[in-house]
Amino acid sequence: MNKPGMTLIVKTIVRISTSLILLYGVYIVAYGQLTPGGGFPGGVIIGAAFILLCLAFGKEVALKKMSTASASILDSAGALIFLGVALLGYIWGTFFLNFFPNKGIPFHLWTAGIIPLCNIGIGLKVSVCLFGAFIALVLFRVAKKEN
Amino acid sequence: MQIIPLFIAVPLGAAFILAMLGKARHSLIDLLANIVTAFLLILAISVIGVKGTTTYSMGRWLPPIGIVLVLDGLSILMLVMVNLISFLATIFSISYIERFTAKAKFYAMFMLMIAGLNGVILTGDMFNMFVFLEIASIASYVLVAFGTEDEELEASFKYMVIGSVGGLFILLSIALLYGMTGTLNMAHLSQIIASKNFGIGLLFTSALLIAGFAIKAAIVPFHAWLPDAHPSAPAPISAMLSGVFIKILGIYTMMRILTNVIGIATLGRAWDIMLVLGAISMVAGGLLAIGQWDYKRLLAYSSISQVGYIMLAFGLGTPLGYLAALFHLANHSIFKALMFLNSGAVEYATETRDLQKMGGLSERMPVTGITSTVGTLSISGVPPFNGFWSKLLIIIAIVQAGRPVYAVIAILVSVLTLAYFLKVQRYAFFGKIKDTLMNIKEVPVPMCISLIVLAALCLIIGLDAFRIIQGTNASWFIRVMIEPAKEVLVNGTNYVKTILP
Amino acid sequence: MLIYVLCIILFAIGLYGIVVKKNLVKIIISFGILDYSVNLFFILLGYKRDGIAPIMMKGQDKAQFVAQAVDPLPQALVLTSIVIGLGITILMVAIAIRLYDKYGTFDVMKMRKLKG
Repeated sequence: MNKPGMTLIVKTIVRISTSLILLYGVYIVAYGQLTPGGGFPGGVIIGAAFILLCLAFGKEVALKKMSTASASILDSAGALIFLGVALLGYIWGTFFLNFFPNKGIPFHLWTAGIIPLCNIGIGLKVSVCLFGAFIALVLFRVAKKEN
Repeated sequence: MQIIPLFIAVPLGAAFILAMLGKARHSLIDLLANIVTAFLLILAISVIGVKGTTTYSMGRWLPPIGIVLVLDGLSILMLVMVNLISFLATIFSISYIERFTAKAKFYAMFMLMIAGLNGVILTGDMFNMFVFLEIASIASYVLVAFGTEDEELEASFKYMVIGSVGGLFILLSIALLYGMTGTLNMAHLSQIIASKNFGIGLLFTSALLIAGFAIKAAIVPFHAWLPDAHPSAPAPISAMLSGVFIKILGIYTMMRILTNVIGIATLGRAWDIMLVLGAISMVAGGLLAIGQWDYKRLLAYSSISQVGYIMLAFGLGTPLGYLAALFHLANHSIFKALMFLNSGAVEYATETRDLQKMGGLSERMPVTGITSTVGTLSISGVPPFNGFWSKLLIIIAIVQAGRPVYAVIAILVSVLTLAYFLKVQRYAFFGKIKDTLMNIKEVPVPMCISLIVLAALCLIIGLDAFRIIQGTNASWFIRVMIEPAKEVLVNGTNYVKTILP
Repeated sequence: MLIYVLCIILFAIGLYGIVVKKNLVKIIISFGILDYSVNLFFILLGYKRDGIAPIMMKGQDKAQFVAQAVDPLPQALVLTSIVIGLGITILMVAIAIRLYDKYGTFDVMKMRKLKG
């Protein structure tokens, strides 16, 4: 078998399901303040979708979607978003201040203040970080085989 | 005090920005890293002399519900030490880290470590402390393995397994404390512990805590990782690890939780374990150091021995004991950082760590030679350098507390220290230069600067401490830095009154 | 009470594995067991039989809510500690792979560059 990755059946199913998994992950991140979930679980789901892609099609295809360099930059960007939101609180006087008005109305999307923004940062960080760690471990193994 | 969170936020932000700058020019990365550490040092110096306890509620959530940052005398001393040593270590790194490939990643991990250390120092919440402790630890695991040679990887793996087990001990004891009291805020925890009688459960939790922190501080039965991990790291990291890391993660946290949260009186006679642990690590570290021929490994064993001194003085539980422990902690940070940077300079010039392959280095490397002599005299307690005064205070405190046996041990180990450091001086710096080392050169200027600054600090603090003879408060360094920190420890569980109104 | 004792037994198994096993992979697995035993212990502290979600709605009786709701704090804390465990495990696996590159074995006893 010269082609990288798994069989046609697996590839077809992965092709269909990856986008759905990604969508589900984004939903978990975006609704983290209302339903069970949040930045970390959603990020893990998004990262797992990329890992699935990598397993089914081989690492070249997955790396074409997201290279290690861009993964590294997005990884830091996610963390900086979180830190930036925390620092924004200084404008209103306190570090980590939840500065948006209209907080605490259950079952309304934008009533959690800065928590959705933090969740987006965390989701970005976690998803890219998991994918990056997975890719790093895969690349290690390849380097060993060449020896 | 709006600047308190910046101690954590600035290095954290710098870490991620540096990680993004992976491929940028080295001069830019050096500049950014040094500006950040210099800024942190200025911040730390600006809080010297802040009286009493300042609290900062994160996001305006008041304690005991929200996370609170606490700045008091003890935190100020530790902040100044961490940021001073990290600033000098980054200056040293400008030239030293050139031989590794990924400079930006090195600085990113370094900044993450500083963020973790500053967080541990400032936080007033148990679980938050655990998180920062693990951030600092994970960064240090990576930095120990930074060379990716066989020894470094092996040392890092060993360190990682033992260190994370220590972290899990701490987590388990935090879980137990939460189960018993239902709160995680240190002040509130202390209030509840004082109001009820938890009996054996609290003693078990304290034992787990002491074990966890002793692993992080490399007290002797738990020291196996330190002699591998500290020598394997790059020299500036060794200086950070030995100089401040084990003290913040092990000794400072132990001081804070055992005296301010749980309270010495609650522990009763179990407290004496600190004296025994301190004495054992003092003697064992000293004896093991004598037989070493690897320069950095010898220094690592010496760290274990000196941390034993701090534990012993802290374990006395008297005000003078606390003062001596904190003074020795500050002094040891300075001279052990100096000695590890010296060993880095020697390794940089000769590319070996084996003492038998060195000789007569003073001739070719005068700055390294002289600063190393200063470090040696300081650590083995020769006047007028700072090590003499703190060891003298420790011995006086032991005698005052009525435990003369420990005083004799402390004096003997001090002689032992002089012996093994004279060995370093004799084999590495004095004598006739070897033919293989004829064309070595003095290290570059930035490395010399940090060596000279640290050596000067040893001398200045030592000369300043001469006024101890007129009473401990006569010395400027003790009055401004150590005395407020001591007050926090002497205050004990009254800590709660300064945080919860 | 029994579940707490089982957690402590799990903790002891993990500790045993780390101390006794000589294989890097087995050490990493033991570390995982140790980590999860502590997490399990922590999350069980907040557990209540037939508990309700800790969201206070309008018009709910406060005393009854406190008696019924599960403790949300351990869940948040355990999530954090799982992330820390994940980070350490990934780092351990990465270093174990590099060590396998260098020595061609996972056996700790054959890695003898460092002594004492």
